[in-house]
Amino acid sequence: MSKSEKTLHVSVWRGEGPQGRFETFRVPRQDNQTVLDVVSWIQQNTDPSLSYRYACRVGMCGSCAMMVNGQPRWTCRTHVSRVADGDRLQIGPLRNLPVIKDLAVDMDPFFEKWIKAGGAHRPSRSRTEPIMPVSPQEPGRVEANKAIECINCAVCYAACDTVAGNPDYLGPAALQRAWTLYNDVKIDDRQAALDRATAAGGCQNCHSQGSCTRFCPNELDPLSAIAGLKRAAAASYFKRRSE
Amino acid sequence: MIRPHRKHPLWLAYAAHRVSGLGLALFLPAHFHVLSLAITRPKDLDTFLSFAEAPLVKLAEFGLVFLLAIHFFGGLRLLALEFLPWSGCQKNLAAATVAGAFLVSGLFFLRAI
Repeated sequence: MSKSEKTLHVSVWRGEGPQGRFETFRVPRQDNQTVLDVVSWIQQNTDPSLSYRYACRVGMCGSCAMMVNGQPRWTCRTHVSRVADGDRLQIGPLRNLPVIKDLAVDMDPFFEKWIKAGGAHRPSRSRTEPIMPVSPQEPGRVEANKAIECINCAVCYAACDTVAGNPDYLGPAALQRAWTLYNDVKIDDRQAALDRATAAGGCQNCHSQGSCTRFCPNELDPLSAIAGLKRAAAASYFKRRSE
Repeated sequence: MIRPHRKHPLWLAYAAHRVSGLGLALFLPAHFHVLSLAITRPKDLDTFLSFAEAPLVKLAEFGLVFLLAIHFFGGLRLLALEFLPWSGCQKNLAAATVAGAFLVSGLFFLRAI
């Protein structure tokens, strides 16, 4: 029997809001098949009412993240063969975010925290002034470059136990963005960026469990970014005391 | 049962640090109470010290030293993680060096006692 004739037993979370349960579907297994392919097959062939979210299917838009066998994954770039437990797959909505329906979560709290952490760009020059030259080798720029490939998929947010335990915690993605802005020489007030990242719910809440870095699909390192904010906050504290 | 999103070394190191810290926090009041017996009730202290010679208590002492070692190195790990902007490779090398030094010094210590 070839692999393509095998069947996957897929448990998918169904329900609206906090209420729900896992429902099992049988899906034909293919040699090359992503978790998003499986969800789409169920929606197209078995139950059209299944709700989920995706857009680009190539790992750029960050909208298809779900919990797969208990771990947060970008489903469009996650092959079933890499994550299936035998022929079993459990697919649920992202952790730490309110469920709208089935596999679609409300991303508002995630993006609100991004803004609360100062994620918006506040430039030091207007568009009428000449562009500030920035050397790619400048240490701050090198540090800022490490995180600019974040696609806002919220995988790190779903992996973080500190977010689960403290709803006010800004979370790894927002804090990594704050660290990028703090290191960006084009930002108007970098101390203000640091102050926002160290306010209540900020970087000092992080317990350095490292799940954010472990699960980031773009192999970014929010753990080190948050550690950078903690170092900068400590340096800023002693600097202010000595002034 | 560890939940799937926690099955990685960094989370396990975090858990070991917390659990060892909790164990030590529970031990310390008992430790200070026994020390205080030297002043308040010396006879009770002697009774306890003879009880502490029992093999099971010796084994528990080993567990205590183990907890202390885990918590000590866990703390050093956290300080290095958060306050040293080193690369992962540099941190692995530093950890390996500390572990090697601990192994060698521990062997000499065991030979000495």
